[in-house]
Formats: sequence, C-alpha cells, structure tokens
Amino acid sequence: MRIPILKLHNYLLISIQIDLDDQTAIQFQEDLLKKIHESGATGVVIDLTSVDIIDSFIAKVLGDVVTMSDLMGAKVVLTGIQPAVAMTLIDLGIHMQDVPTALDLEQGLIKLRQELEE
Amino acid sequence: MDFQSCVNIQKEWDIVGARQLGRDISRKIGFGTVDQARIATAISELARNIYLYAGTGKVCFETLEDMNKKGIRIVAMDEGPGIQDISQVMEDGFTTSGGLGAGLPGVKRLMDEFDIISHVGEGTEIKVVKWLR
Repeated sequence: MRIPILKLHNYLLISIQIDLDDQTAIQFQEDLLKKIHESGATGVVIDLTSVDIIDSFIAKVLGDVVTMSDLMGAKVVLTGIQPAVAMTLIDLGIHMQDVPTALDLEQGLIKLRQELEE
Repeated sequence: MDFQSCVNIQKEWDIVGARQLGRDISRKIGFGTVDQARIATAISELARNIYLYAGTGKVCFETLEDMNKKGIRIVAMDEGPGIQDISQVMEDGFTTSGGLGAGLPGVKRLMDEFDIISHVGEGTEIKVVKWLR
C-alpha cells in the first residue's frame, strides 16, 4: 500500500485515509523524503483527519518524518488530529511538542505560509 | 479462560488485524469513540511487543459482564524470551527497540486494569481490562 503525495505549487499535500500498518508508515516516510528532494517543495501538510488511531510506532514515524524533512529544508505541518487520537496520545505519554500542528488543511496551509514567510 | 476470539500475531499486518477486531468488539460493547481509540491503541502496543520481542503469540478478547458493569478484557500471550526486569519495562521512556518507550506504561494508563506475568525463557502474559462507564 502506498500513500499518494500530491504537489501543489511549492507544497506537498498528503491525506492519510487508511489504517496505517508499520510497513506502510515506513514506506511513506521514504516516499515523502524522496518527493521533497525531487520536487524541491518547501512545505508539507500531512492531514490526519481520517486517522482514528496513532500508536507509539506511528507517532514515532510521524515525528521523525517532521525532523527529517526539517533537516532537508522543508517544513511539515500535521493537521486534523482527531480529539480521540489527541487524548490517546497524551495517555500514552507522547506529547509531540516540537511538531507543528493545525486544526485542518486550511489552517495548515496558513501556518506553512507564516512559517515560510511567503 | 474462555475467549470469544483470538488473533494470532505472526506477521506485522496482524497488529492491524488485532486492533481492528478489538475496536469492533469494543464498539459492540458500547464504548464511545475515545475509549475505542484507547482500547485499539493499547492492543496495537501489546501486539507490537509480541511481534518485536517474541516473534509470535496471540491476542485474545473477552466481553465482561458483571452485575452492573460491562467491559472488555484483552490478554496478550507469547512464549518469547520473557521480561527480566518488569519494573524497568514499566518505566516511561525505557526501550530496547529504539522506539519511544511509551508501550507498556502507556497501555497501563490507557486501560483500567493491568496485570503482567513473565518468566524468563517461558514467555509473557499481559491482561488488561477497560470498563464501560
């Protein structure tokens, strides 16, 4: 299973709409970094509106991809984290403090524009 | 113990299968979306531990009905290497796999009851319960 990565101007947009297994998550990490490299994108929005579970492994993969993209020079914003997912992550002890987030895709794009000062 | 259903954990995809079945059962019991997410996440952590550390094992589900309480019991069993120091694995941030070390202490916080029995060289059994409020 591959997660589609869409390009919009200087941004990459991803909407995760499946129950992520470990392999798909790792594959996505690789695909995204490759796509950033190829496209020269400066910003990425990963929308998690349809994701109803994030366990410690998926949280680590998502947190890592934000840091890795940052190293490459692209800013990532995670959007649409569901209330139940936010509550579960805190119970798990995962705070994702250094990860930029926004309420939805629209707010995510606004946040990217601010961060990139475009 | 008489379980309604079990999922064998043999390959990575079984982690997803176990948590989806657990979520379906908890929905039928009447748990709300937040508790469904808590239960599914706890199952995911338990099943991944089996996959990572024991290789194979199983996760079983049981609907609990007390006098006026309903709940779900999940038992994760394996015949893996066992855990030498249980207090160590219950510490936040302790990991031998390069993960976040959130697994077992996280599961304990997500659920209402948590029991672990482990013997080195024999395996591990973790029982957790969530009650419907």
